[in-house]
Amino acid sequence: MSIKDIDLPVGLTPEKWYEAVDAIESVHGEKMVLQMGPQHPATHGVLRLELETDGELIVKATPHIGYLHRCFEKVCENMTWPQVVPYTDRLDYCASMNNNFGYVLGAEKLFNIEVSERVQTIRVLVAEMNRVASHLVAVGTYGLDIGAWTPFLFLFQAREHLLDLFDELCGGRLLYNYIWIGGLSHDLPDGWLKKVREFIPYFAPKIPELNSLLSYNKIFIERLANVGVIPADLAIRYGVTGPNLRGAGVAWDLRKAEPYSGYETYEFDIPVGKGEVGTVGDCFDRYMVRVNEMVQSIRIIEQALDRLEKMEKDDVQAAIPKTFAKVPVGELYFRTEATKGELGFYMISDGKQKPYRLKCRAPSFCSLSVMKEVSPGLLIADMVALIGSLDVVLGEVDR
Amino acid sequence: MGIIEGRYGPNVVITSVDKVFNWSRSRSLWPITFGLACCAIEMMATSASRFDLDRLGIFFRPTPRQSDVMLVSGTVTVKMAERIKRLYEQMAEPKWVISMGSCANSGGPYWEYGYHVVKGVDLIIPVDVYIPGCPPRPEALIDAFLQLREKIERETIAKKV
Amino acid sequence: MTFTIEDITARLSAHLECALSLEPNSPVPLIIVPPEQLRAAANRLRYDHDLWFEHLNCITGVERAGGYEIVITLFSTKLSMMLNIKVKATGEEPTIPSITDIFPAADWHEREVFDMFGIRFDGHYDHRRILCADDWEGYPLRKNYQPPLFFHDIPVTVNVPGGHQIPVTRVPK
Repeated sequence: MSIKDIDLPVGLTPEKWYEAVDAIESVHGEKMVLQMGPQHPATHGVLRLELETDGELIVKATPHIGYLHRCFEKVCENMTWPQVVPYTDRLDYCASMNNNFGYVLGAEKLFNIEVSERVQTIRVLVAEMNRVASHLVAVGTYGLDIGAWTPFLFLFQAREHLLDLFDELCGGRLLYNYIWIGGLSHDLPDGWLKKVREFIPYFAPKIPELNSLLSYNKIFIERLANVGVIPADLAIRYGVTGPNLRGAGVAWDLRKAEPYSGYETYEFDIPVGKGEVGTVGDCFDRYMVRVNEMVQSIRIIEQALDRLEKMEKDDVQAAIPKTFAKVPVGELYFRTEATKGELGFYMISDGKQKPYRLKCRAPSFCSLSVMKEVSPGLLIADMVALIGSLDVVLGEVDR
Repeated sequence: MGIIEGRYGPNVVITSVDKVFNWSRSRSLWPITFGLACCAIEMMATSASRFDLDRLGIFFRPTPRQSDVMLVSGTVTVKMAERIKRLYEQMAEPKWVISMGSCANSGGPYWEYGYHVVKGVDLIIPVDVYIPGCPPRPEALIDAFLQLREKIERETIAKKV
Repeated sequence: MTFTIEDITARLSAHLECALSLEPNSPVPLIIVPPEQLRAAANRLRYDHDLWFEHLNCITGVERAGGYEIVITLFSTKLSMMLNIKVKATGEEPTIPSITDIFPAADWHEREVFDMFGIRFDGHYDHRRILCADDWEGYPLRKNYQPPLFFHDIPVTVNVPGGHQIPVTRVPK
């Protein structure tokens, strides 16, 4: 019996192929175990995937993590409350303002600290700018994984402008330590708001350019459509949040559902995956959600700029407590919408200067755990597309 | 001496084998894409359009067999340490190592309480150039490559007996 | 209909036929559940049509003076409410039943709690370390943890907290 004797149905997709081949006893070969090792150009960091493959088809994929375990939680038990902020930077290193934001808001709620409206608006502004920068990295490197060099260079050029703005604001290009408990580390420099204002018309044509270069490119669509479909109920069962959940069609965004720091006063939409070129919840949907989120973030940035230009200057460090030696006792789970999903901090305070327990619930940790359910039936090249579309940052996963 | 002098003009270059080898090795360093953590993002930004690394002859290769330089960018953990050693041994001679960022230099912010962090990649493999910073600016990374060039130019292919 | 934490506790207590208590002086809703009732409680919270806590956010391991405990954070979109469940585990080898089949998201969180604290989860299908190296000894987030000096010939402890440096040889060039 050979392949020629079988009736192959029309429109055979990779998922169905395995079932069809399964029926032919003689075609089965040995299963091969491949290590898509910790050092790999397309795994977005030190992630090891143990793939059991039958030829090119993956039968089982097990992610192994921990190659970047930097003992964040143990270190933070030995640092004072404000000293934890630079360590939160290094969790999701592409979007460190959002990590600071999540931790600081939780600590402020635990210690009952209120900040002024200007500080809240600046925090929203820098968090959204960092969201754009992080999505630029995600989309650019995704194109690179699929094989497209040009969008990577174009998007990183746009990102450099953003990093210049951050550099002028607080001295850092990638890791900022900017949002502190009770305020900010630096006030806005003179003329900075004008430069951010000038960034918006520079960036506005980049998204249509990206769409024409990459998003609706025939090869890109063929690689991404119907690949790695994560349906909504699977995503919720595994705790997937953020653009991965929104790509599955669920309009869940913590900025709208549990608003913090004034997000309820801003007007923006939540982009959701619609199954434009394939099934709802495939890699293309997750990718398009990120592209559209960049557009929405620019809207929020414009609104924040409008407000900041009218506000009077005040002291951004006014609400920072003089000492953290005695703080209220309590425990709290606080979550915010970081770039990759729901970033949660479970913090336990026993009244002392250092946290008793600080647990970080990273969005990429949960997004990666769904991989073992989604990968059977994929080709090895599709695995690359799946990892890129989940947008995992190993700094968060391993902490 | 008297045969060549003045006869062939600018078409003849007189040099030593050392200089030629060192020149060709230093001007075309191919690093292995070994981004571990945050410094990897700065490494990617350095190779992107603004701080182009391609103009210096630096072309990232995914496999250790085809690369000259290992650019350890990011924190080295104990779980990863054995893999780093294996990758280093898979690289062909001549090879160099640049340790980028304070995590790879000496453990970085995790020097005191990080139980799973190796305090410096030079506990595992020999390092040629250290770049301080957390993360170092792209200009610092380019400076490190230039320093490595100067170091390579001081080498010699003559074996010590 | 809206539920308060007391309503939920009463409903769970009735279903489990055992009195559950709330954590006193807690700013967030925190129900204390004994380990043997955990699976039934999780099942009820997940599948009761009025409650429908389908999101598992986080499982946090904590070491307290008397032993260890885990805090499971659940969220229900229907009630728009977040709930924390505290389960205590004591003894030399603390053990808690696993809820991975009810909440698949708990899978990796439970492995992490095992890795960091040594709390075993009965019934977890793949019970091994996730973050630390596979043959790491000790449970790092315990308060009395001492990191090893060497691991497979690699010096691990060089800078002793609050004190001196252990001399190590750096690989020469």
